[in-house]
Amino acid sequence: MSDRARKRPFRWHIVVFLAPAVLIYTAIMIIPLFGTLNLSLFTRAEDGSRIFVGLQNFQTLFGDRRWSDAFWNATGNNLWFFIIHMLVQNPIGIALAAILSTPKLRFAAFYRTAIFIPAILSFVIVGFVWKLILSPLWGVAPTFMDALGLGNWFAPWLGLEESALTTLALISVWQFVGIPMMLIYAALLSIPDEVLEAAEMDGITGASQFWKIKLPLILPTIGIISILTFVGNFNAFDLIYVTQGALAGPNFTTDILGSYLFRTFFGFQLQLGDPHMGATVATVMFAIILVGVSIYLFGVQTRLRRYQF
Amino acid sequence: MTARKTTLTAAAFLLSGTALMAQDVTLTIESWRNDDISIWRNQIIPAFEAAHPGIKLDFQPTAPAQYNSALNSKLDAGTAGDIVTCRAFDASLALFQKGQLADLTDLDGMANYSDVAKSAWSTDDGSQQFCVPMASVIHGFIYNADAFNELGLEEPTTVDEFFAVLDAIAADGSYIPMAMGVNDQWEAATMGYANIGPNYWMGEQGRNALIAGDAKLTDAEFVAPFEQLARWSDYLGRGFESQSYPDSQNLFTLGRAAIYPSGSWEIAGFRSLADFEMGAFPPPVQNAGDTCYISDHTDMGMGLNAASPNAEAGRTFLNWLGSSEFATLFANAVPGFFPLSNAEVTLDDSLAQEFISWRGDCESSIRPFHQILSRGTPNLSNESWGTSANVIRGGQTPADAAAQMQAGLASWYAPQQ
Repeated sequence: MSDRARKRPFRWHIVVFLAPAVLIYTAIMIIPLFGTLNLSLFTRAEDGSRIFVGLQNFQTLFGDRRWSDAFWNATGNNLWFFIIHMLVQNPIGIALAAILSTPKLRFAAFYRTAIFIPAILSFVIVGFVWKLILSPLWGVAPTFMDALGLGNWFAPWLGLEESALTTLALISVWQFVGIPMMLIYAALLSIPDEVLEAAEMDGITGASQFWKIKLPLILPTIGIISILTFVGNFNAFDLIYVTQGALAGPNFTTDILGSYLFRTFFGFQLQLGDPHMGATVATVMFAIILVGVSIYLFGVQTRLRRYQF
Repeated sequence: MTARKTTLTAAAFLLSGTALMAQDVTLTIESWRNDDISIWRNQIIPAFEAAHPGIKLDFQPTAPAQYNSALNSKLDAGTAGDIVTCRAFDASLALFQKGQLADLTDLDGMANYSDVAKSAWSTDDGSQQFCVPMASVIHGFIYNADAFNELGLEEPTTVDEFFAVLDAIAADGSYIPMAMGVNDQWEAATMGYANIGPNYWMGEQGRNALIAGDAKLTDAEFVAPFEQLARWSDYLGRGFESQSYPDSQNLFTLGRAAIYPSGSWEIAGFRSLADFEMGAFPPPVQNAGDTCYISDHTDMGMGLNAASPNAEAGRTFLNWLGSSEFATLFANAVPGFFPLSNAEVTLDDSLAQEFISWRGDCESSIRPFHQILSRGTPNLSNESWGTSANVIRGGQTPADAAAQMQAGLASWYAPQQ
């Protein structure tokens, strides 16, 4: 026993090397997370002191019509925001990556960069640029559509209840389509040439090569992209705040969980912030994301077939 | 508490000691108006110091967005200046209730202000005042006078005349009748509902009835402004649904719109941008000859830090704020922000003169939901933004909008239950 202990001393270097990451992650992620969960169990009394109320804040959020209507509205909007991303952003990203990875394409590096650039722009810039483009007064969109004879089809999309959320989702798609494109592009490049050559030997070329050979090989990457989109969308806030303000107009049709959380936590104009209800909303958001990620990890990812090259 | 009292007495002794030595006292002023820094340094401070030897002023503004939190932490830490610029209503009331603002009820200068002016910085029962009212903004309609001349139009005084003017501008087609959008929502509530409303609910009378629980938001006088707003949408520019506040300002100052529903705070900015003559008219009344009511909204006051060692000098300064000397200086330096004292004021800017002249003809009131009614959740003031915008956009009927606001208010405000 003592013999063995002398042979294999405690490996301190593991602790030492892990320590910085563990400490920083604990300080800036884990402690605030539990702080938020803890905050949601309290409320502020009349005299300003904190009192423990258990799950009463959650009961208010789901049981009181004034809270729950706004919450479910935000959740529904957020879901639609996510669906648009899944239906538009990811297929376009995959298509762009597939086109970029064809060896015959000229200026591929230029296109790749140009499509990726919006993803590194600030939300503030993207929000204002699109607001100006779509402005019915000075925007290029109405002028451009007039020139094409489509002037009557123009509408102040960001100001209409029916179209505002979809418009914002598409702006967000425009901004972030570069990210799935890059990830898929990298995945496509990592497919070994032997596999593709073998496919060609079997007579599978062109589009059917993409559907039958490449797509199954990049499915794990598509899964990762879906989960990144899910987490990103359910945490989104900036674009809505920049273009529509904290009230997420018109008539809260662009209100998503992030903007709802902001209004609740920090207040707005004459409405004072309520950190405890805000923390409650944040906790529910955390739960939604946790459930979504878990479904993916345990339900989808374990079933994906992986190929070793 | 006793410990605090002893320190205060000790401080008072020390204070009287220094005063006997006849040293200059310097009052530091906390403010969010960093736009006004040159006005204070070049005009207001020299005027005060010339009249009050022995007291020096130091104007120390913070950025507007950080002011409330910065001031709160400075007051908590005991490092705040002697004079504090007060936000209207609950933010300052909270400071007073925490004992951080001095009680100014017995200040001589308080006699120079009307009850409406004082309401923003009084306790709910109106018995104690804690800030000296300093400036208000008046709502109304600014118009392009050149366009009115060109089309042969006159300032409307009644609602019918108002819509006749709008129809005439629309029929001519060279101007957008009215520049306003609903994208930012607050214009609909502030420049729409709160602007035209006082004529229907008779200013303070309706506002106080609401606070007392004697009137409901579903009563005719509170629904009628919504009904007028619903008619506005025909006269707003194409795509007003996504038109923002700066869009509207630009539309008007570029001369593309004839009427701009707004308020006096725009005067300085519009003066520098518009190259046409501007005029202003108060919100039109229902029938010719009716008493007119205007929204003369209290915006800025000044109070005394309760922990200030220079309380006497501070009171001297606050008294001076009620003088006509200060009122004239301030009103001319910042046209559109009107002094609230009853002192005689001569204004150089003709548009500002027009706005302030309404105080003589009409009854003043403040925005309906700012006092007391916006303390709970859902917040009535914020809710009025959404409902007003919805009504103009046609997404909600006036009756629904009023019912929604009444239900929200009644959910937490006892006198309305």
